[in-house]
Amino acid sequence: MKLLALQQSYLNRRSNSFRSSGPLDSYSDSAIKSPAAIFWIVLHGLSCLISLVLGFRFSRLVFLLLSTSSTNFYTSPFHSSSELSKTLDLHSVLPTNPVGNIPVPALNNTATNSRVVVGRHGIRIRPWPHPNPVEVMKAHNIIERVQMEQRSQFGVKDPRKIIVVTPTYVRTFQALHLTGVMHSLMLVPYDLVWIVVEAAGISNETASLIAKSGLKTIHVGFNQRMPNSWEERHKLESEMRLRALRIVREKKLDGIVMFADDSNMHSMELFDEIQNVKWFGAVSVGILANSADTNEMADQKKGEEENPPMPVQGPACNVSNMLAGWHTFNTSPFAGKSAVYIDDRAIVLPRMLEWSGFVLNSRLLWKDGDKPDWIKDIDTLDGNIENPLGLIKDPSVVEPLGSCGRQVLLWWLRVEARADSKFPPRWIIDPPLEITVPSKRTLWPDTPPELPANEKPVIGIQEPTVKHTRRTRTSRSKRPSKRKHDEARADRHTEIVSVNARNEMSFDGTAASTIGKSDCSAGLREGENSPAESKIQYTGSRGGAEKNSSEWERSLDRIGFPSKDKLSKRC
Amino acid sequence: MEIWRWVFIGIIFLADFIVKIEPFKLGRSQPTERISGSAGDVLEDDPVGRLKVFVYELPSKYNKKILQKDPRCLNHMFAAEIYMHRFLLSSPVRTLNPEEADWFYTPVYTTCDLTPNGLPLPFKSPRMMRSAIQLISSNWPYWNRTEGADHFFLVPHDFGACFHYQEEKAIERGILPMLQRATLVQTFGQRNHVCLKEGSITIPPYAPPQKMQTHLIPEKTPRSIFVYFRGLFYDVGNDPEGGYYARGARAAVWENFKDNPLFDISTEHPTTYYEDMQRAVFCLCPLGWAPWSPRLVEAVIFGCIPVIIADDIVLPFADAIPWEEIGVYVDEKDVPNLDTILTSIPPEVILRKQRLLANPSMKQAMLFPQPAQSGDAFHQVLNGLARKLPHDKSVYLKPGERVLNWTAGPVGDLKPW
Repeated sequence: MKLLALQQSYLNRRSNSFRSSGPLDSYSDSAIKSPAAIFWIVLHGLSCLISLVLGFRFSRLVFLLLSTSSTNFYTSPFHSSSELSKTLDLHSVLPTNPVGNIPVPALNNTATNSRVVVGRHGIRIRPWPHPNPVEVMKAHNIIERVQMEQRSQFGVKDPRKIIVVTPTYVRTFQALHLTGVMHSLMLVPYDLVWIVVEAAGISNETASLIAKSGLKTIHVGFNQRMPNSWEERHKLESEMRLRALRIVREKKLDGIVMFADDSNMHSMELFDEIQNVKWFGAVSVGILANSADTNEMADQKKGEEENPPMPVQGPACNVSNMLAGWHTFNTSPFAGKSAVYIDDRAIVLPRMLEWSGFVLNSRLLWKDGDKPDWIKDIDTLDGNIENPLGLIKDPSVVEPLGSCGRQVLLWWLRVEARADSKFPPRWIIDPPLEITVPSKRTLWPDTPPELPANEKPVIGIQEPTVKHTRRTRTSRSKRPSKRKHDEARADRHTEIVSVNARNEMSFDGTAASTIGKSDCSAGLREGENSPAESKIQYTGSRGGAEKNSSEWERSLDRIGFPSKDKLSKRC
Repeated sequence: MEIWRWVFIGIIFLADFIVKIEPFKLGRSQPTERISGSAGDVLEDDPVGRLKVFVYELPSKYNKKILQKDPRCLNHMFAAEIYMHRFLLSSPVRTLNPEEADWFYTPVYTTCDLTPNGLPLPFKSPRMMRSAIQLISSNWPYWNRTEGADHFFLVPHDFGACFHYQEEKAIERGILPMLQRATLVQTFGQRNHVCLKEGSITIPPYAPPQKMQTHLIPEKTPRSIFVYFRGLFYDVGNDPEGGYYARGARAAVWENFKDNPLFDISTEHPTTYYEDMQRAVFCLCPLGWAPWSPRLVEAVIFGCIPVIIADDIVLPFADAIPWEEIGVYVDEKDVPNLDTILTSIPPEVILRKQRLLANPSMKQAMLFPQPAQSGDAFHQVLNGLARKLPHDKSVYLKPGERVLNWTAGPVGDLKPW
């Protein structure tokens, strides 16, 4: 019985389960009666017991030792490690049928010089089967070389140098924006020159940022400060770009000029696509008009269900793929609601057509040389131009790129902080902080006062407080601040002193969203519900704290604002 | 006369210049190299006019009825026998006059008896073949004239004319005795093996051309995978511990390189299999239960350098295609050092291999398109047959002379089919 079961399991293992096992008729029932079979059964049972004790199929070792004389047995010593690791399963303990294990030597005498034998082979594993870093580097070099070859064969033929023009100025968000553009430019596989024009002169901040790129850069300063209103800012940026174009003319740079505003995001396909421009091209720009106030967006969405503004600016083509007109951003839904000043809470709108959607051949800017007659000379421009279309006399010569404007290759987004928001110079915190303050509290004790988050509830509390209303009202109307910077502002909290519990809730709720984690806000709300403690908590020494902030902190504690350790537990 | 000399030189110069730029005017602007194997630059030869093939008319129980019973035979990797028959029926090399034929073809579909899972059972194939040969030897005199030396048969099964899927059993049976003198066109090829006889023509396994065409991706997609493989490493159903399957080579690949970031290997069946191959530099083509696999065809079509891990394997059309220059051969014992071997290939060699693979005649030679196109695998088979012509005088037997033993082989084979 056992032998039959053994034979069955052996047959199932050796032959494909779905194929008939008819031909394997060599194991007949007559084998049971012979003493040899009984001997094998006993041996098998013994091997089972020993394997159970030892924990691995030692029978293979036995056969290895027994059959070293057989030249056809191909197992090799170093496979045993793999065998050991795999045969700890006690259910599969039964040793292989000795008759089948050793490959029949007789079969191989027809193969004269074959070095390939049939039968069980060892699984070769080298002693340290892990990647070798030198080889990994070599493989990466091979891949690089293959990709370079691919690019030269299937990519753009004769790629031209790309001249990137970026106007910038020192501000909190500059590091964020400029690093993004820098990384995109570092990935471009073509020659590149980056002209960075900086308002208010060359600064170390910008210089240190762009030096990290390793790109060829031309850093020029512009002698005006960046104004605070969006209108003025766009004008100044246009002037700065013209300054860069004059540099292209002076140095007679040869290539394709593109405008990479520092707050835009570029796709890699853009740089491949602009290589196709002949003289003057336009691409489609995706417009991500950002509004910090989600309520406003929701209202806008409800009202605009029939006609959502198409968030793309760029060339529009007719059916024969010729330039027929322009898609511009529909600003009418936002009339009157758009941001006027940088870091206004309202939506920031793009221009009719952004500079970044145009590319031109640098030869158009040269003084001499063969260029088409529809280009105006930069020096003859009397004022500022709103977009590069002001450089050409005949707008129909513009070449639409990106399969006639159907591909959106870059995105426009304007996110900025308040004009006076501070950040550590070069983003290095020096000297190291002595004060340990909870994360909700500002690191910068000298920032101007925080402004209200929500207009409506704050209006409701105007009556009780008399002291500071005038200041907050004026400051509120002129400068509703972005949420990111409304962490501790002193007079804000003096206002809150008299706020009732529900408004506290809303303040905490909205403030908690700045942290952005739901469990934090849950924690805060929970903490907030506890009755206002009157204990005054001072965390750490207040070396440089001014009167404002200490007052503010005391007021926070009075309303039962969650203490530092509560915050840290939940967030 | 002076001026004519200069004109002559000028014309030579111009011609030289034009001829130089000719190779680069390919439609796809990728420079490729001509492929010439040991038989010379023969991939683009036209067999029409070089040979004549006579197709025997067998009763449909040998071909059509079998196909009707199971039409899955048209799509599996052994479908070459069916498509070859169809190609020959309508090809210009076919002749209806057997007296002028150089080669005789017997259309018998031996690999069409499928299990429910789709794998062919070879147990009745010897009897089927034997019965077919008995038929043609009794109805036509051409078999007895040479005892089959100017006949060719397509046997695309795992081990060719040994008609078994298990290597030990196949070796035991050997090639069917009645086919000892015929030319065998098979997918199996291994040097010094019983089941590959001298003078056989190795062909690639059938891979559906339309399916591969629909999965092509743009050529400029950069190749970012270093080594790619999808398939079994351990055949858990039949050989769970490894050692038998692939002679332990696939298991060795897995154990040595499963955590190597350069090796994208797994047992998954992704839907993007063909697309991923086009993004890889090397594609592993290790042996399985038999040394050949459709992976080689797929690697060639998708421009991925095949890494062939199968000792002594004979690749398709080995005399027409110089496989050592196109693929990378790795001995099974060198598998643990596969990463060292592949990374130490100089980049120029890799680029040359890619250029050879990009040659359209190379890709054509691996395919069985319907309808047949010039340079495809059907034509390569005919070219191979044409290269064996003219037949040696010694193959023609004297009347009454017998060489083959018609009763050799296992008893089961002698039963009529």
